[in-house]
Amino acid sequence: MTVFGRRLPGMSSLILWGLLWEVVGRLGVTFFIPPLSEVLVTLFATIGTPAFTKALSETAYAFTMGVTSAIVIGVPVGILMGKNRLLDELLLPWVNIFLSAPLTALVPVLMVLFGFGMKSIIITTTLFAIWIIILNSRAGVMQINRSLIEMAHSFGASPIDAFVKIYFWAALPEILGGVRIGVIRAVKGVIIGQLLISIVGFGALFELYSANFLMSHFWAVLIVLFALAFTISEFLAFLERRVAYYAAKR
Amino acid sequence: MPQTRDAAALHQAHDVDYAVTAHKVSKNYGDVEALKDLSLEFPRGQLTTLLGPSGCGKTTLLKIIAGLLAPNSGEIQVDRKTVTGPGPDRAFVFQDFALLPWASVIRNVAFGLELRGVAKSEREGIAEKYIQDVGLGGFENSFPHELSGGMRQRVGLARALAVDARVLLMDEPFSAVDEQTRRKFQEDLLSLVQHENKTFIFVTHSIEEAVYVSDQIAILLPRPSRVSEIIRPSGFRNRGSENIRRDPEYLDIVDRIWSSLRSYVE
Ligand SMILES: Nc1ncnc2c1ncn2[C@@H]1O[C@H](COP(=O)(O)OP(=O)(O)OP(=O)(O)O)[C@@H](O)[C@H]1O
Ligand SMILES: [Mg+2]
Repeated sequence: MTVFGRRLPGMSSLILWGLLWEVVGRLGVTFFIPPLSEVLVTLFATIGTPAFTKALSETAYAFTMGVTSAIVIGVPVGILMGKNRLLDELLLPWVNIFLSAPLTALVPVLMVLFGFGMKSIIITTTLFAIWIIILNSRAGVMQINRSLIEMAHSFGASPIDAFVKIYFWAALPEILGGVRIGVIRAVKGVIIGQLLISIVGFGALFELYSANFLMSHFWAVLIVLFALAFTISEFLAFLERRVAYYAAKR
Repeated sequence: MPQTRDAAALHQAHDVDYAVTAHKVSKNYGDVEALKDLSLEFPRGQLTTLLGPSGCGKTTLLKIIAGLLAPNSGEIQVDRKTVTGPGPDRAFVFQDFALLPWASVIRNVAFGLELRGVAKSEREGIAEKYIQDVGLGGFENSFPHELSGGMRQRVGLARALAVDARVLLMDEPFSAVDEQTRRKFQEDLLSLVQHENKTFIFVTHSIEEAVYVSDQIAILLPRPSRVSEIIRPSGFRNRGSENIRRDPEYLDIVDRIWSSLRSYVE
């Protein structure tokens, strides 16, 4: 963004929105929006409390497990779909359906199948993240230059070699893009899981704070969550830029 | 062209050793008959060019020889062994270079050896030698996108040379580089054919290029795709690469090929 010909650092618009938030909060328009300064004070007060660290570790655990399985399953499935016509025809409709399906509606089914514990929350997280990862890995493989595959084949590459040394790397820019969007969806998935399945982690905090109208606590946790999601997503964007030098030239 | 025919007869009489033979090879893509009963022999240690109008099946034949495509009927033999797939006796140089964009020059050149399980230090030593040979010394750690088209094709050539295959298959290797680089490549190719004891199978669209670099030119014609004529330019081969283009025989052969191909160009 440039103002009066000067380049502002990224995210400067956040300052503007922060100021607006503070003003609206001070005006006391609604109890729902306390001043930002008050939220920040609450944030630093809660961040070290045992309740908060417990919530953070529970959420981080479910999130990490969910995202890891989404990647470990999603990337190879996507690559195989891109390579194999038959598999693609079999799976693509399902992937598309689940990508746009209201997954929240599936959560009760998961509870019946997998119980009310961490397992269901992890699976919910995976389900939110995996489809876009599959779809992007598939797209990455489908745009791969045919002659790279022929090259590997002509030099005697085994199928495993081709998978690890050609397909994976050729699709990496798209895979990382898919993982980045998947991670953002997984944040949604883990919180929905924690709210609907068993009241643990950040979900429990949200539940607790909103039920007791502790709005500055509520916003404080939301800001922490946003900051975490933003950091992870920026880290993945950084990885994407690392491979951008060849993304345009495959 | 009496002198070329004599030369051909001479070769026949000496019963030349063929590195690669194609015997009645046919290939269909659905309804399209790309090749029909094509037979052709490739003398060892020489460069044979496949020349012909677009779509006549040059790439198809090259890929069948490489083992990347299976023929519908007929067979290819390399050193009297029937081809069933890619093998270490053949290496391919690609028109679009087919370099790994995420890998450095040295890893690209060593990639064929990497796939063959050669240890890292050994294959990088070999790759280093061929990088020097093709004139890319100092670019070992550059990436393909940092190189010009001509330099990229040198990487592709070094990769094919590094696996030390006896047969080199080149599909329009110089068509994506500029004219000056192309001429330099043609001269380099001539000395490569002379100094490396390898059999080269070369595809080009350029008649001049074919006559300049080839020991044998197979003219392919479309529908049904077959070898219509084999020409062996021989008279000017040992008169030095700088004199070839003014040699009367060179000019005659170029003219003759053009007159047989012109009817296929609309
Ligand atoms: N994968 C394919 N599917 C269907 N038809 C194909 C395929 N590849 C080639 N063909 C057809 O086979 C014929 C021979 O193709 P090929 O690529 O071998 O020709 P070529 O001589 O290399 O042409 P060019 O000089 O344009 O490179 C063409 O008519 C082409 O349309
Ligand atoms: Mg071709």
